Amino acid sequence: MNPIEQFQITKLVSLHLFGYDVSFTNSSLFMVIALALIVLVMIAGSRPRALVPGRLQSIAEVSHEFVAGMVRQTAGEAGMRFFPFVFSLFMFIFFANVLGLIPYAFTVTSHLIITVTMALMVFLTVIFVGFAKNGLHFLRLFVPPGVPWWILPFVVPIEVISFFTRPVSHSIRLFANMLAGHITLQVFAGFVLLLLGGGVWALLSPFPFLFTVAVLALELLVAFLQAYVFAMLTCLYLNDALHPGQH
Amino acid sequence: MAQPVTTETKAEAGREEPAFPPFNTATFPSQLFWFAIVFILLYLLMSRVALPRVGGIFEFRKTRIARDLDQASAMQRQADEAAAAYEKTLAEARARAQGVAQETRDKLAAESEARRKELDASLNAKLAAAEAQIEAMRTSALANVDTIASEAAAAIIQQITGKTANAEAVAQAVAALKAG
Repeated sequence: MNPIEQFQITKLVSLHLFGYDVSFTNSSLFMVIALALIVLVMIAGSRPRALVPGRLQSIAEVSHEFVAGMVRQTAGEAGMRFFPFVFSLFMFIFFANVLGLIPYAFTVTSHLIITVTMALMVFLTVIFVGFAKNGLHFLRLFVPPGVPWWILPFVVPIEVISFFTRPVSHSIRLFANMLAGHITLQVFAGFVLLLLGGGVWALLSPFPFLFTVAVLALELLVAFLQAYVFAMLTCLYLNDALHPGQH
Repeated sequence: MAQPVTTETKAEAGREEPAFPPFNTATFPSQLFWFAIVFILLYLLMSRVALPRVGGIFEFRKTRIARDLDQASAMQRQADEAAAAYEKTLAEARARAQGVAQETRDKLAAESEARRKELDASLNAKLAAAEAQIEAMRTSALANVDTIASEAAAAIIQQITGKTANAEAVAQAVAALKAG
């Protein structure tokens, strides 16, 4: 009943490359399962190309429209270049989060290294695209328009710091949400077992059980919400790269 | 609950693993390696296959709906045209029918008028003939009255006097009476 145990990574197939341990683990397994499910929904689902979509095609279409709408609204038509990237991020996080809610499943996004990698991908893309598209004008991002010149010495450092802390908040938000949610679930589910094994106390066991059910529902919402937030922030940051000095 | 945790992880791991798995750097290479593989695959499959295909479905649906709407409006226009043509034909037919009816009515009226005149004329002719006949009959009857009167007078004279009356005298007397 260790609530941390569920985050343990265990090797399934041992593999070493260039002196690194890159074994196929339970984490890798759930990444592959997430990939397989996304491919099933998006590629098998869109195969019929039906005028009136079936269930799977509807899911594929709704996902496409949802993310496309988010990118278009937040980053504009120019942001649609990054639509596949944002879409892959959103789907990967969403499927990893939801898969993690299945009992005994592993939550890929509950590991900081994964969320940091994704946040850094976004961060580096923003810097690269920002400079490639705007050159040094990208630095206007740190100079908010309409601010009196004598405030700038205070504002610019704040803007710079907030820019560089973006990947931190971006990655830790997702990681911490997943971690905390799963620990809560595990702890309350643990109470059920504890009470069941405690003789008369077993009568009280339905209460933490019902609470666990409620938390699971909440976690399902959080699973979607965090994927949405991550993708949304990605769009916002990309918008900065595409249109600096407009926020 | 905390006590068995440490012993368990220590016993299970054997190697120097921290108690908190997300901070265990030993698992980072594997996670990064597999994440890279999975994410690159995902990105390629989504950007090359899935998203263009779903976008294609939207495009196809849009063009199909636009085409259907165009067709519908074209058909609507055709229907309007047909309705207008029908209205026009109907109005023409009604006008012609009215013309024909008027003509027929006029013709019938003229015919009946002519027949009435004809009838009138024949009736007038018959009336005139009848009047002439009556006139003739009356004159002849009036003429006969003289003879009858004379004969009656002669007969009366014969009965009363017992003598044969002079016919001419009687006739003169009758004529004198009639004139008087």
